[in-house]
Order: sequence, then C-alpha cells, then structure tokens
Amino acid sequence: MSALAPIAPGLWTDEAEPRPIGARRADGEIVFPVPGGDAAALVEPVALSRKGTLWSWTTQGFEPKEPYSGPQPFQPFLIGYVELPAEVIVETRIVDATAADLVIGMPMEFTIVPFDDSRATYAFRPERQP
Amino acid sequence: MNDDVYIIGAGIHPFGRTDGRSGRDQGVFAVRQALADAGIEWPDVEFAYGGSAAAGSADIMVNELGLTSVPFINVANGCATGGSALTAARNAIAAGACDIALAVGFDKHPRGAFNAKPSDYGLPEWYGETGMMLTTQFFALKIQRYMALHGISRRTLGLVAEKAFRNGTLCDHAWRRSPVDLDAILNAPMINDPLTKYMFCSPAEGAVALLLASSKKVRELGADAVRIASVAFRTRPEGSFEVFAPSISVNGGGKPTEIASKAAFEMAGIGPEDVSVAQLQDTESGAEIMHMAENGFCADGEQEQWLAEGWSEIGGKLPINTDGGCLACGEPIGASGLRQVYENTVQLRGRGGERQVPNGPKVGYSHVYGAPGLSAVAILER
Repeated sequence: MSALAPIAPGLWTDEAEPRPIGARRADGEIVFPVPGGDAAALVEPVALSRKGTLWSWTTQGFEPKEPYSGPQPFQPFLIGYVELPAEVIVETRIVDATAADLVIGMPMEFTIVPFDDSRATYAFRPERQP
Repeated sequence: MNDDVYIIGAGIHPFGRTDGRSGRDQGVFAVRQALADAGIEWPDVEFAYGGSAAAGSADIMVNELGLTSVPFINVANGCATGGSALTAARNAIAAGACDIALAVGFDKHPRGAFNAKPSDYGLPEWYGETGMMLTTQFFALKIQRYMALHGISRRTLGLVAEKAFRNGTLCDHAWRRSPVDLDAILNAPMINDPLTKYMFCSPAEGAVALLLASSKKVRELGADAVRIASVAFRTRPEGSFEVFAPSISVNGGGKPTEIASKAAFEMAGIGPEDVSVAQLQDTESGAEIMHMAENGFCADGEQEQWLAEGWSEIGGKLPINTDGGCLACGEPIGASGLRQVYENTVQLRGRGGERQVPNGPKVGYSHVYGAPGLSAVAILER
C-alpha cells in the first residue's frame, strides 16, 4: 500500500499508525480537514485521535456523479461520521464492515485504504479487539 | 414602514418534466397565471425579483412579459432562491418602495441526484472525488442518528412517503399523481440507508410566481388577498450539522431551521399551536419528520405517534405537505420554496378542491431548507 499516493496531502500523519490531521481554531474549536487558502494561517494543525465512536452511518448504493472518481465498475460503499472524543466528529468512509455490523456508538479506528490503482484515502473501521 | 404586505396573485407551472419547454418559459407561464389571478397586467408590476439554480436568469423573462422598464433583480441563492425573492419583494413593499412586486422562481434540472462542485462550497476536491459530497447522504446520516436517538421507526419513514403520494393524487400541480403503498415504499431499492427510492424527492422542473401588494393596493383592487405575517431567512449558526460537512463540532450547536422558525413566529406574534396548515421541507421522508420538531410543531420522538395517528394528514390536527411536498412534486430548486407558499395561499383562500384542508384554515406555515445550511420560513394569515 505504501506505493499508493495520498489522495491529498496533509490529511493524515506519516507514521506507523497514522492519525487524521485536523486544525485548531483560535477559539479552540477543532475542524477537519485543515482549511486551505487564507484561513490556513488562522489555525494550528493538530494530529487527532486514531480512535473514536460511530456517530452516524449510511450506505452509498448508487454511483455518485462527477466529481466522484472511484474505480470502475462502481462498488457500493459505507460512509459515516466518527466522533473523536473532545476533538471533532469526522466524516469518513467505513471499511471492514457491512451495514448490519454498524451500531451508533460502537468503537472505531482510523486506517488508510486504497482508493483506486494509484491513490490511498482514509477510512475508519470497527475497532479490532486485541 | 408599511408592514402589511399581501399576496394577491399566485401562479404555478405544473411540476415534473415538461420536455420542450425551458425553465424560464415555465416561469413566464407562472407569472401570466399569477397576473390573471390578481386581475392585473404586467405593466402594473413595479418591482420584480426572481431566479433559478440551473435554468438561467429571470430578468430575461421581460422579453416575453413586456419591456416595461420594470426593475428586475436576479436572485441566485441556491435552495433559498425563492425564499430570498419573496423576502426581497416583501421588504420592497414594506419599505414603501412600491405597491406591487413579483417574486418568481423556476428551474429545470437533469435527472438523478444533484452533483455539486466542491470548490463552489469552499471544499477540497478529494471530498467530491471520494464520493462524500452528496446531499442524499447528509439526509440519511442525519435521520439515521435521529431515529436511533428518538425512537423513530422505518415504518414511520414509509408513512411520510405514503402520505405524500396520496396527497399528490389530489393535486393538479404535483408530478407524482399515483399512490404508492407502504410495502412498496419500504421494500424499494435502498438509496442511502435507511432511505429507499420512494423516500427521496427527485430534481425536477417547475415554476411559481407570487404577486405581492401593499394594503392600499389590496383595497383598490378588492383583491382576494392573503397577508404575509412574517418571513424569516437564516443561514447556519456555529456548531450546526449541515449538508456538505467534512466535520462537525463535538460541542453541538443550533440549527438554521430552529432559528428561522423562532424569528418567523416572533415576527408574526403567534406560536406553532396557531398554525392550521404547514408545508415543510421534505427532501426525503426523514427531513419532514425532523423538520416537524425543528419548526416547533412537536417534540423529538413524538412524530412516531403523529404518523401512526394520521395527525399530519389533510383531515388531521396539523395537515403537512398538502400538495404532496417535494416527494410528490419533485424539487426544482428555484421554485420549490415558492411552491410551498403557493400551496398555503391556495389553502387559505379555500381553493384546494379535493385536497382542501377543512374548516377554513387561517394560518399557513412554510419552511424550506437547503445547502449549505439555510432555512427560510414564511407565515401567511387569512
């Protein structure tokens, strides 16, 4: 997977167990991702927690129109929001699960997954029990 | 200031698909109908506001309506285009700038879900590329959590859609004119869990025109007028959860609908208990359910009983989406919010025919919600 380029720079940390990178605003509020443009100067990038709980989820059963650029043929996928405690609630793909596995409040962990032949993106999956 | 502003004419081009007629021509159709309804001519209109999201500029309509030199302001405000036109037209009359003003909205969208461009919303390209920038996902994610927190069943989602299609059969401007039974709704292909195909509205075509007038003009014309008790249009507050949100605050926050609703009730000097008929944004079944609470008509979770008891049916204690709403009419963005006001005008004038709310409704409430997190509420009084 290391051959895959990140779908965008600055979304996650480069370490053995990558973490999402958010931004702390002057008022303390954390947002994800780090904003671009002039707003970037007003925030402080911050590595976020790898673990959180499922806040909501849904299925994506039909192929989105442009600018969606996922691999062909289209494969349905799961998306949701994961709450990183005391930080921020992040929108994300959900992998290694089916809709039937998902329960709001369940523990989730951050992971990097292939998006297509050349690019990787971030996702969360149900936390694996040690 | 002249706070009393009235609707004296209302026109609509049937919603749905009209091949061979442009969105703007549908707008012209609606304006002509509104003029005939008000018993006035195009040269009587002193100010005009209008727009579409995807069907071009409204002011070009003067080519068909007449080159009267009328000041015509194009409104381009996404899902709030109609609500913004109405707000502006009302304020122009309230400010004494004119006595008769037009608010018009129309649209014509391609089939299938809307495709938004990330840069238009200040979002990075990867957000769209990875398939997270869909309005349908937002509504599914919001209702999924709402159902878990407040005990709303899938059956209740289905009942909302069943009601919409049933009301649509009674409405000549609706697109979907055939009933769909509950089992068909619940068993239809899943679009975004928990929402099936029949629980979502579709982008469509259509147009609505409303003619507004001062009380002086209403008296002069002897018009069949409905008073605009209030209009309130608000964008999102800090910490709210809206469409196209890569992240949400853990601290929670307000909702644009709650804020617009409170402002509209305050301006009108009435409360939710005074409303006789309501048109609430029903992009999908769950939106109607959540918007019932956000607009103050019930507490979170009570919708389960409301739908089971039929309280939001045309004969119920608060009829909601009497023309079938977005689910039966489709959603031409520029026209959709004005359709709700049109329907309330029809109901308050007692012209609803088969779908007329019984016992002479006195107060009509309409609420539109859209990207990137805005709400407009209008309250009409008879």
